[in-house]
Amino acid sequence: MNLRRVAAYFPAFAKGYLRNPLGLFMSLIFPVILILIFGAVFSNSGSGQVPLTVQNLDHNSPASVGFLSALNATGVVSISIVSPDVGNLSTYLAHNDLAAGLVIPAGFNTTLAACAQPLPSCSPVRLLVFTNPSSGAEAGIVQGAVQGAANGVNLHLAGGSVVVAPVNLNVGNQIYRYIDYLVPGLIGFSVLVSPMFSMVNVSSTWKRDKLFRQLSLTPLSRGEWLTATFLWYVVLAFVSTLLLLGVGSAVFGAHVTLTLLTLPFLVVGPILFVAIGLLAGSAASTPESAGVIGNIITFPMMFLSGTFFPVSLFPSWLVPVAHVLPLFYVIDGLNAAMVFSSPATAYVDLLVVLVLAIVFAVVAARVFSWREQ
Amino acid sequence: MPACIEVSDLVKVYGSLRAVDGVTCEVRTGEVFAFLGPNGAGKTTTVEILEGLRPRTSGEVQVLGFDPWTQLDRLRTRIGVIPQDFHFFPKLTPREAIRLYASLFAVKVDVDELLARVELSDKADDYYDTLSGGQHQKLGVALALVNDPELCFLDEPTTGLDPRARRSIWDLIRRLRAEGRTVFLTTHYLEEAQQLSDRIAIINRGRIIASGAPAEIISRYGRPERLRIIGEAALAERLSALGFHVQPADGGIDVELRSKADALTILQTIASSGLRWERFSTQTDTLEDVFIQLVGRLEDGSLPEASAGGSP
Repeated sequence: MNLRRVAAYFPAFAKGYLRNPLGLFMSLIFPVILILIFGAVFSNSGSGQVPLTVQNLDHNSPASVGFLSALNATGVVSISIVSPDVGNLSTYLAHNDLAAGLVIPAGFNTTLAACAQPLPSCSPVRLLVFTNPSSGAEAGIVQGAVQGAANGVNLHLAGGSVVVAPVNLNVGNQIYRYIDYLVPGLIGFSVLVSPMFSMVNVSSTWKRDKLFRQLSLTPLSRGEWLTATFLWYVVLAFVSTLLLLGVGSAVFGAHVTLTLLTLPFLVVGPILFVAIGLLAGSAASTPESAGVIGNIITFPMMFLSGTFFPVSLFPSWLVPVAHVLPLFYVIDGLNAAMVFSSPATAYVDLLVVLVLAIVFAVVAARVFSWREQ
Repeated sequence: MPACIEVSDLVKVYGSLRAVDGVTCEVRTGEVFAFLGPNGAGKTTTVEILEGLRPRTSGEVQVLGFDPWTQLDRLRTRIGVIPQDFHFFPKLTPREAIRLYASLFAVKVDVDELLARVELSDKADDYYDTLSGGQHQKLGVALALVNDPELCFLDEPTTGLDPRARRSIWDLIRRLRAEGRTVFLTTHYLEEAQQLSDRIAIINRGRIIASGAPAEIISRYGRPERLRIIGEAALAERLSALGFHVQPADGGIDVELRSKADALTILQTIASSGLRWERFSTQTDTLEDVFIQLVGRLEDGSLPEASAGGSP
């Protein structure tokens, strides 16, 4: 292995790739288009109103109902009422992946009535407002709406002194939105698709056009060629990750972090799929059949590995299918590393991807030959 | 001159096909050696074995003193190869391609000079896939020369090229020879072999059926020189009566010349015969005539296989 030759060959491969608009489209542009489409379709409720879950512990007293109708009148929240029987609202929100909640305490009506007396002797009512800091703008909208309704009551009842005081609290858990799954899913998509489509093509058309033979006439070795090729797809994976992270957070406010643990997936993942693509292309006798073999491998993985939807939403019979697809471990690991901050899961996934990458790379290096018989 | 390539009893078998069936030949340093044969004769298989691109089934091969299959790493830097049907990466330019090769071989190359040498200067920065077939071949030649090889292999370098592009590849090959490089050429164009080569081996069905300098091959396997006379058919009888070997030819007769003096006798005879004749010319076999005869005789079995030896 001569790194000088790897470095000499790398730009030639990169140029060949970058000057082919189709390859560039598939690996960098297409995933961005997908995130824009899927993000737009699934992230917005469409009404423009922020869902707010309200638990009224004051038994629908006139004051509490009045307050809620004032809140409703702000037009920015859509209220859904839950029964006091659900218990602690914060826990309820967490269990049901809800981002915002409001608790109207028992005795709301009584306190407000006391405060409305000419000589008020009351302490302010505390409204518990739960929002999720990770939902950004939506948290602000909920807090603002509740504060606005409270100000109305304060002005009307007490000439401006505080009788209703919202207390802003964070809900205990992280709320994950579709876009948060979509970003790692599409990074996985990109890690899969750019090496698979082009390596299948490379290994079959280069064989047909005797380009491997041409390279074998130079001192560049197969190992050096493979290394430069791996490197290129790792670079592509990093660029694509930055693009998807950028678009995901800027356009849809995705809460995805580029943790250190994300990086090994962006190295090992492309190596795995370069090796699989090379094998698929070598197995075929013509570029056409190589394309078919490549698609047979790529498409099920593309849809069943949690790329567009979390595997947890799959029907139970489909889950084991996902678990045999190599891309599942890449995406599961990326989710663990970027969204859930659960390193333990990420390490296990990384180990699976690493073992697969080594196995496939070794087999590909064995099977894939430059010289002919 | 020392031998640059030595091949003895080379055999390559694909399944039941003996693509190369006992080839023995020697290429001398500094010469242009042509492997001439019809399509499917085993030319490319042989040359690819010599280039280290294919393993052989049996036989001995030494190229610049190395076994090309097992010692390709040491051979590679000293040979230049322009494969048959040369292809390169479609989205690289000739300049980039030469730079790539130079850095892979770790040699310094004057890119502009090399481009000029193969007449590609005006296409230096165009993508490979926009170049013509002739320009592709020229890039192939340029890449083969990046490492300043002492031995060049050209496998059917002009197949599919128009006459002008073919001439310019021929000029290149002549220059390679003038620069002191040894050239191993395969071709199915007889004219090409005759024009360019110092020595030729004619290969058919995996065997060499004749080898030597073009003139040697013609004199050894060709028919004797003939005098062609366009005129009355009765001329044939007159000349046959004098013991000449006469055969009918296009619009006239061919009379075999056993010596130069025969021509005078024949001309005197026909001049004094009173028979009508228009013109005469001498006929010599070209390499093509020899080739067609040799291959034909091999096909009908009248030439024992591999009977034709090369000059030592």
